[in-house]
Formats: sequence, C-alpha cells, structure tokens
Amino acid sequence: MMKLAPRDPSLVSTYDRKLGTRSWALTGGRVIDPANRRDEIGEVYVRDGKIVAEIPVNESVEVIDCSGLIVCPGLIDLHVHLREPGQGSKETVATGTRAAAAGGFSTIVAMPNTKPVADGPNTIAWLRQRIAETAIVNVYTTGCISQNMAGEALAPIGSLKQAGVVAITDDGKCIQNNELMRRALEYAQMFDLPLLDHCQDYALSEGGVMNEGYWSTVLGLQGWPAIAEEVIVGRNALLAELTGGTVHCQHLSSAGSVRLVREAMQRGVKISAEVMPHHLALTDESIAGYDTNFKMNPPLRTKRDIAALLEGVADGTIEILGSDHAPHATYEKEVEFSEAPFGILGLETELSLFVKTLIEPGVISWAKMIEKLTINPAKLLRLDKGTLSPGADADITLIDPAREWVVDKEKFQSKSRNTPFHGWELKGKAVATVVAGEFVFSC
Amino acid sequence: MSPTEYMAPTTPSRQWKHKDLLSIRTLEPWEIDLIHDTASAFKEINSRAIKKVPALRGKTVVNLFVEPSTRTRASFELAANRLSADVISLESSSSSFKKGETLKDTGLNLQALNADFMVMRHSCAGAAQFLAERLRTGIINAGDGAHEHPSQALLDTFTIRERLGRDLKGLKIAICGDIMFSRVARSNIWALLKLGADVTLVGPSTLVPPVFKKLGVNISHKLEDILPEAHVIMLLRIQHERQRQALFPSLGEYVSLFGLTAARFRKCRPDVVIMHPGPINRGVEIDSELADGVNSVILEQVTNGMAVRMAILYLLSGGQPLHVAPGAPLAPHITSPAS
Repeated sequence: MMKLAPRDPSLVSTYDRKLGTRSWALTGGRVIDPANRRDEIGEVYVRDGKIVAEIPVNESVEVIDCSGLIVCPGLIDLHVHLREPGQGSKETVATGTRAAAAGGFSTIVAMPNTKPVADGPNTIAWLRQRIAETAIVNVYTTGCISQNMAGEALAPIGSLKQAGVVAITDDGKCIQNNELMRRALEYAQMFDLPLLDHCQDYALSEGGVMNEGYWSTVLGLQGWPAIAEEVIVGRNALLAELTGGTVHCQHLSSAGSVRLVREAMQRGVKISAEVMPHHLALTDESIAGYDTNFKMNPPLRTKRDIAALLEGVADGTIEILGSDHAPHATYEKEVEFSEAPFGILGLETELSLFVKTLIEPGVISWAKMIEKLTINPAKLLRLDKGTLSPGADADITLIDPAREWVVDKEKFQSKSRNTPFHGWELKGKAVATVVAGEFVFSC
Repeated sequence: MSPTEYMAPTTPSRQWKHKDLLSIRTLEPWEIDLIHDTASAFKEINSRAIKKVPALRGKTVVNLFVEPSTRTRASFELAANRLSADVISLESSSSSFKKGETLKDTGLNLQALNADFMVMRHSCAGAAQFLAERLRTGIINAGDGAHEHPSQALLDTFTIRERLGRDLKGLKIAICGDIMFSRVARSNIWALLKLGADVTLVGPSTLVPPVFKKLGVNISHKLEDILPEAHVIMLLRIQHERQRQALFPSLGEYVSLFGLTAARFRKCRPDVVIMHPGPINRGVEIDSELADGVNSVILEQVTNGMAVRMAILYLLSGGQPLHVAPGAPLAPHITSPAS
C-alpha cells in the first residue's frame, strides 16, 4: 500500500507502525547529541514515536537499560546507491534499507544514477512509492543535475524539488561543462537545493581504474590521478564563490582536494566535503592482487592522502562522513580488473570502520564523529533529522563501543557481497537502530 | 612415458614449484636461472634434424589469445608441438568472446575439457592472474595489458647471456621507447634487476614518467647520453595511435629524438647488443641496416623464444631440472625418440 508522507514533503517514508501511546526510556547510556552539545550519562525518553523531554508521572514507561552503550541520534548516510529502479539484482530499497538498519543508519539518501536515472519527477514518484512500500528506514531522494545525467542540459530541477528531492547530483558522473555547472549552481539556489558533486575531470582520468602512482605502474593498470579530482574541486570552489550556491564535494580521496576545500572554506565559500571509510582504511597497494573489491571511484590512494584526509576530518574541513554504498552482483565484479564496475558495499561496515580509523587512533572524539554522521549531513540537506531534541522523530542509534565482531559478507543484509573488508576484525558496532520509535534492528 | 623416464634427473637442483607463470616480479632470481638452463637444453634439441620430444605427450595446451598476436602465439604453438602436446588455439575472433561469455566462464569451459595449460594473451592487466586464481589449469601469461610479458623477458635475458657469454651482473642496459604502456618493458625491468643489471629507461618524459624510478631503474630523456656506456640497447615498438597523441607529437619527432640511427650507432660500444621484441618499424625505432647488422640479435630472440617457451611448459608440467655443465655439450642426456 502506498503511503504518502504527510509531515515533511521531502521525507519519502517514515517507518510508522501503530505505536499507540507506548512510552519508553533509554537509561544509563552515554547520550551523545552533538546538535544540543550533549555528551553525558543520561536518559532519552520516547513517546508516540517522538523524542520527549519527560514522560508524565502517571504513565507506564518501559525502561531499556543502555549501560555501556552510546545513545545518539539515528545515523544519517547521505551517499547510498539503492539501485532501484532498474538494478534490483544488485540491491533493492528493501535490502538496502535493511543493510542501513544493520549498520546503525536510520536515514539514508539515495543517489539518482539508477536505470532510468532520476532526472524527472516521474522517477522520483515511482521511487517514493517503492520506498513507502518497502523501506524500513527513512529514505530521502536526490535528482539529477543534468538531463539523462549526460552533462549537457539542465534537468527539471524545480519539478524535482516539487517531487521531493533534497539535493541534486549527477553522482557517478561529473559535469565537465563549466558553464552548465555554473548555471546549475545559480538555478538550484531558487529551490534551496544543495548540489552534490562527484569530482572527476574526464580528460585527466580517461581509462583510469586505480590511483596513478607506484602500484598502477607496477600492475600496468591505467592511472586515475589525484589531480583529476583536485581540478574539479578547485573549479567547484570557484563556481560556488561566484554564484553563492552550495556545493558539496563527494567522497574526497586526495590530499590536494582537502587543501582546496579548506582554503575555500576559509574564504567563506559555501563548500563542504565528505569522506568514505575505504579512503581512510585502505591504500592503492591493496590492488596488488587485482581484486575488484578494491576498485571504486574515486580510487584508493596513498598513505599521504590518508594522512591529509584525517587532518581534514580533525580540523573540520571534512564535515560529513558517508559510505558511497555501491552494491554490485558478484558475477559483475568477478571479471578482469579494468572491466569491473566501480564501487563497494558500505553501510554494514561503515560505522565500525570509522571507529577504527577515527576513534581508535584519536583523530576525533565520539561526539565529533557522531556530529559528522548526524546533524552535519542533516544541515547540508535541510533535513529535520539528526538530533535528540524534544519533538524530533525518535530516530536513535545505540552503539556498543566495546563490541568486537568479524565482518562476514555472507551475513550481510545487502543483496550484494562486494566488500573488501570480509574477515576484518572490528570493534565498536551499532547494536540497535530505532526509526520513529520502533526498533528496526537490534543485535 | 613421463618426462623423468627419458630425461635423466641430475644433480640436486631446486625444482620449479608454481602452477602458473604470471609475472617476473614475483619470481626468484634462481627461478629465472632455472628456466634459462632448461632453455639451453631445449635449444640444442631445436637444432637437431628431428626436433620433437615426448615431454608433454598426452597433455593439452590451449592458446587463449583474447588479444591478437602472431609471433608469440606461433612461438608457443611450436614449443608445445615440439614437446608433443596436443595444442589448440583460440583467437579473439572466436565466438565465445563475441557472444559475451565472461573470461571466467571461458576458462572454466576449457578446464572442463581437461586442458593442462592455458597460454593466455589478454588486453587487460591482471587477466592471467584472474584465471590462475580460479582454475586448476596452469596459466602461462603471454602478455596481459601493460602489466607483464614474462616469456619475452626470459627470452631477452637468455639472449643477452648467450650473446655475451656471461651473466648480467653490472651490465648497463637501456630500454628505449613507450615504457609507460609496455608489458615487455615491465617484465624486462624486473628480470634485469633480479639478475643484477643496471637498467636505464629512455624515452620522452611523457612515456617514461618519473614514477618508474621507484622500481629501481634510472631514467634518461636523451638517448645520446646513454649510448657510450650501454652494453645492451632494447628498443620497443613505438606507435602513434589516438591514445598517444597527447603524449608525443609525431613519429617524426620521436625518430629525431630517440630513433637508433646510424649516426647515433657510431656513439655506441662496438660490441653493443641491439634488441627488439618485434614487430619492428624499420626507420622508426631503428634504422633498417642496423636491424640487420651484426650487433642485432633480433632474430636470435625469436629463435630463443621457442626454446624458452619449451622450458616454461616443461617445468610447469613437473619436468625435472636439466643440468648443463659449463663447457659440456648441451644436455647430452636428452634423447629425442628418433635419435
């Protein structure tokens, strides 16, 4: 049955089973709510699917002991490929949102490079119906910047906004035409829509399948040099400055990109950036065995780039963490390296990998990390999400920072298995995901 | 008859232990020596009137050439034939590739036909390793994209040894041409370094980028500078198709800067060894007369190629090391059936 989302026109689906008047309290946990600068052992109260400041004394309350756990706003991943419509053999809204729930994410944002691409309101409407019927977490949609994602003419951005998208992006592709990019930034401002850009100069990266450097030289694989990303990050900064538009640089991979974003932010340009766990956890040396589960776009780079990305996360240049969850069927990945599609799974290992790369080495605090996974992406996309403020939807993630686990791709909720992290021993895991007051995952 | 029955095992020598031959980078120097020594024995057989031995009788060798090749394919085919293997060759024009069958499925089907070895040429780097990891069949990489071409490097280093009658330690060897896209260059770099040579890559700065220094070689963009000292000059085929047009302006300019001309040849050592993996562009990489001159070993490379490929197939099939005593006739214990 289709359910139209009544409260927020851009919210495609709220997981709203009948809740009655059930009230409950999460007690004894470390409550981290960066939006409200809260980090303390305390309580969170939920009533009728909403966060409340307190429960009336005469009402019965179910108490959930959260001792030893972190209680935080439901995590948000603003960069997810759900593959519907058109590529349901890789992932579906149903499987992708279950993967999100298992990873601690109560809200995800679907990229529009589907088949067909989401460059018009009809596709968005179809997807929203699909979400209403099959999603178990909140899913927001995005629309294309350009028609057919071809980088030649503007997509109907106003109609996309009316259909409910929260951003425009040609993710997976990059608009090469600087004039079109300029006009997109100007036009999207009418609708207060941020522009998310996959930064890749095609001429500089033509045929590239991995980072250009020592390992591409040894392996004889065509290089995709960091400069191909940096040239576009630089362009985006200049165009955002010129137009006053908001540009968000997706999945930064290189040291030079971090520097360019930092410099632009210091000039007051409305620019932001995200980083993915694989770009912090792995280098291009991983490709030495030609394993296509290490092939993604942009590619894995070097230790020097990782150091710069970590610095960017620490100093606030990189405000947002995401996964670029990109499912592909095993048979599609099991081909010659240069023939394989780009992309790896992300949602179910994302949080633990950020713990490993950011928390364990002391790059940032838990509060900072959760900020970059909740309120920061919510602010960028103007979502009424990412806080534990009274009145907010009761989207909550419970994290056990001491939980040790071994990644087993065969146990993933995702429909696909393309992860390079199979067998990794990780510490720190989401143990429950709550959407609008309902547990959609616990372990 | 198994190979060991008619080829007497010799003094203890280390045994080949890999299922596949995928790259030179992953070989030990002694493994290169082992292939060279074995190739010496087979070269002697190739000079006899009856050139066939039964070492691979009953075995099946599939030449899987997903990228077209003439000389490497012919060389491997003849090598397998002379070892008495059953040989079939599949080309990129074969229907399965055109029908969109994946490489994995093609490999599994050939394995199901009980192929013992697949000699594989493919335009994608890593393709040989990809199949090797998925099949029991032994895979011999006959060139994978810009990655490696191990048998070419083995025959090149064999040829240098033979021509100069010494090992490669300290020899100054220049490789000149389109290094960036060359699997021959990469395999030779590793082989030459493992055998102790001093390697300099020569070519335009766009085709010989600085990153190659990290492999342990020198780089030069001026051919004249390296000529007086080089013991060996390996020339690579240079092409100027679309992919190269941003990398150097024209073949004419390439020749003027990097062609081995008669004038440049006069700056070389008198005993310099000139090599080329073929097919040569006469008048581009090399002046025509030089290609045919006494310093050129281009055709010896071809002849040696077959012996080296016989050695590879023989060792991968479990053949015992063939010992060649210095000064002694090559492999006197090998008896071909007809002799």
